[in-house]
Amino acid sequence: MKDLLVANSVTKRYGNFTALNKVSIAVPQGSIFGLLGPNGAGKTTLIRIINQITMPDEGSVTLDNEPLRPEHIKDIGYLPEERGLYKSMKVGEQALYLAQLKGLSKTEAKKRLKYWFEKLEIGDWWNKKIQELSKGQAQKIQFVVTVLHQPKLLIFDEPFSGFDPINANLIKDEILQLRDQGATVIFSTHRMESVEELCDHIALIHKSNKVLDGKLNDIKRQFKTNTFEVGMQADNAERIMAQLKENFEVLPATFKNLHDDIKINIKIDAKTSPNDLLSYLMSKAEIHHFVEVLPTANDIFIETVKNN
Amino acid sequence: MNHLPLIIKREYLTKVRNKSFVVMTFLSPLIMIGLIAVVAYLSQLNNDKQRSISVLDESGYLTDLFQNTETTTYNYLADIDLETAIALVKEREDYGLLHIGDALSSDNTPVHFKFYSKDSPSITVISSLESKIERRLREMKLQADGVSLEQIQSSKTQVNIGQESFEGEKSSKIDNIVKLAFGGMAGYLLFMFIIIYGNMIMRSVIEEKTSRIIEIIISSVKPVQLMLGKIIGTSLAGVTQFVIWILLGGVLIIVVTAIFGIDVSQLQTPQQDMVRQSIQSQDAQMIAENLLIAIGNLPIANLIVAFVFFFLGGYLLYSSLYAAIGAAVDNETDTQQFMLPIIMPLILAVYVGFFTVIEDPHGTVSTVFSFIPFTSPVVMLMRIPFGVPLWQQGLSLLLLIATFMFTVWIGAKIYRVGILMYGKKPSYKELFKWMKY
Repeated sequence: MKDLLVANSVTKRYGNFTALNKVSIAVPQGSIFGLLGPNGAGKTTLIRIINQITMPDEGSVTLDNEPLRPEHIKDIGYLPEERGLYKSMKVGEQALYLAQLKGLSKTEAKKRLKYWFEKLEIGDWWNKKIQELSKGQAQKIQFVVTVLHQPKLLIFDEPFSGFDPINANLIKDEILQLRDQGATVIFSTHRMESVEELCDHIALIHKSNKVLDGKLNDIKRQFKTNTFEVGMQADNAERIMAQLKENFEVLPATFKNLHDDIKINIKIDAKTSPNDLLSYLMSKAEIHHFVEVLPTANDIFIETVKNN
Repeated sequence: MNHLPLIIKREYLTKVRNKSFVVMTFLSPLIMIGLIAVVAYLSQLNNDKQRSISVLDESGYLTDLFQNTETTTYNYLADIDLETAIALVKEREDYGLLHIGDALSSDNTPVHFKFYSKDSPSITVISSLESKIERRLREMKLQADGVSLEQIQSSKTQVNIGQESFEGEKSSKIDNIVKLAFGGMAGYLLFMFIIIYGNMIMRSVIEEKTSRIIEIIISSVKPVQLMLGKIIGTSLAGVTQFVIWILLGGVLIIVVTAIFGIDVSQLQTPQQDMVRQSIQSQDAQMIAENLLIAIGNLPIANLIVAFVFFFLGGYLLYSSLYAAIGAAVDNETDTQQFMLPIIMPLILAVYVGFFTVIEDPHGTVSTVFSFIPFTSPVVMLMRIPFGVPLWQQGLSLLLLIATFMFTVWIGAKIYRVGILMYGKKPSYKELFKWMKY
């Protein structure tokens, strides 16, 4: 798959502080790319560089194989984490203004705004002032403004903050739809469950360095510990447990199971295949539960950050 | 993509539609005119007040000197001593008592004069009494020397020195007053404009920061463009407001004058009185004539062109600094520490203008300050009516433009970094660091 956005060894310094140290990422076209990292890692700096708000000191960024130019502004839609709108300006007027700044003509902007306002059921807000809206309502307007000019690349920084679960879902569905229509999405968040849900690719930035990136599934594979949850029914549970502990690394388990005579996590070494384990277990007792323990995005995040 | 016109339009419309802006635009002239009307009314009240002054002339030489006028009645007291007179005046609540003692000088004129009153008397009353007495005494002395009253009357002469430059330009004493008025007005206008609308720009930058819209905007527009758009949009709103003020003010003055019959030109202050006294010898027609000549003598074309350029240059210079300050802070209270360095040169310029330029428009101080870019717009505008060589104006303007570009550059740098900085109050050291980012 072709990469839409490539950052090549991007470095940014503020005085003596290095905000980004030779960070490279490649965002495949049509993917949802999770940009993760603890607070202050440098995510926002990277996003600002992609938006040409600041310039990198070293390295380069290309969009569609072209070095970033001011013309690319209309190809990018950015929903910043620190976001707001002019409080005393009317919704419609404001949305039109922001759309025009992105290069849309007034009539085209009006047409598309109408479409989006109807879609999100906010049509009657046109003449309201932002200060009359709730925070979530204002966020909806911001979302519309971000996607209105149909950019190739969408950058969402904590897009769900401030939304109730219903609206968060609504926005999530819109993001997925936009992806299906061909947009590429960079998604920065601290909510790992939405990473799990949405992202195909992730990159993790920690202390100004990229410490991890790739397809989410590949990374999971990389982080898996060959551990299996095993739930078995047996009369002589204690004896079997003793045998298991002799042959394998046995860990306490937390999963829920009806038959919990034996409820453990078993870690096998690389030479042993899951089938080997399974056939061994089969010979001992009745198996009700056998699942490979896969690391969650949350686990990966915490482990990576801790180890660095 | 050039979004400048779009930004200017938004800034302009937002300012012009703002309720407090609209209210100020239409209320200010009303308040101003109302104030003038009240002052005019009060001063007329004051003039109408009848004063009665008692005179106790123990010398007997000045018994017929004081004639009653519209506003002042003189009561001559006779055959009582000073204490009784004072008591009497106190009781009658007269304005005061003029006591002329019976002591005489060597040439037989009274020398002892004293004014008794409840409160300290007004300067105009005393000086009018003094000048009356002085004139009479001089006449008495001359008569004693054998000069007749007719001779004294006919000896009064009046000289008016006409002025003409080597190039044949006619001018008069009024010239300087007119020049000062024009220069002062231009300089002061610029000063006011910078302070009012510079602040407005600053507030609008702060508003963008506090409403957190800045990052959304800045992902579509270059910060410099946004800054310039703000400055230009706000200035246009300012010009609109000024024009409305002038038009509305003019109409209101005419209306008020017509309705209340207040003659604004009769508004008098002691200073105006003195000016009037110094030129009172000339008749009104001559004054009007001189006034026209004086205005005609102003380098009007030069004045207009210079006004436009120095006004623009000075305004842009300062407003880019205001914008940078707005970007550097989070809220208006934090702006204080940065305001002083902006206000100081402005105030200095106005002081230099009003004190030094008036005294010596082409002296060293005035000349130097009309070249320093931070003071030059105000000082040069005040100097120009007195005639400044074109090369000086050109050089000063060049310096101003160079500095203006420099401050816009600096301002833009601070602005660019500052608008995305939240939550800390920056120091000068930090601002300096930002310039290097």
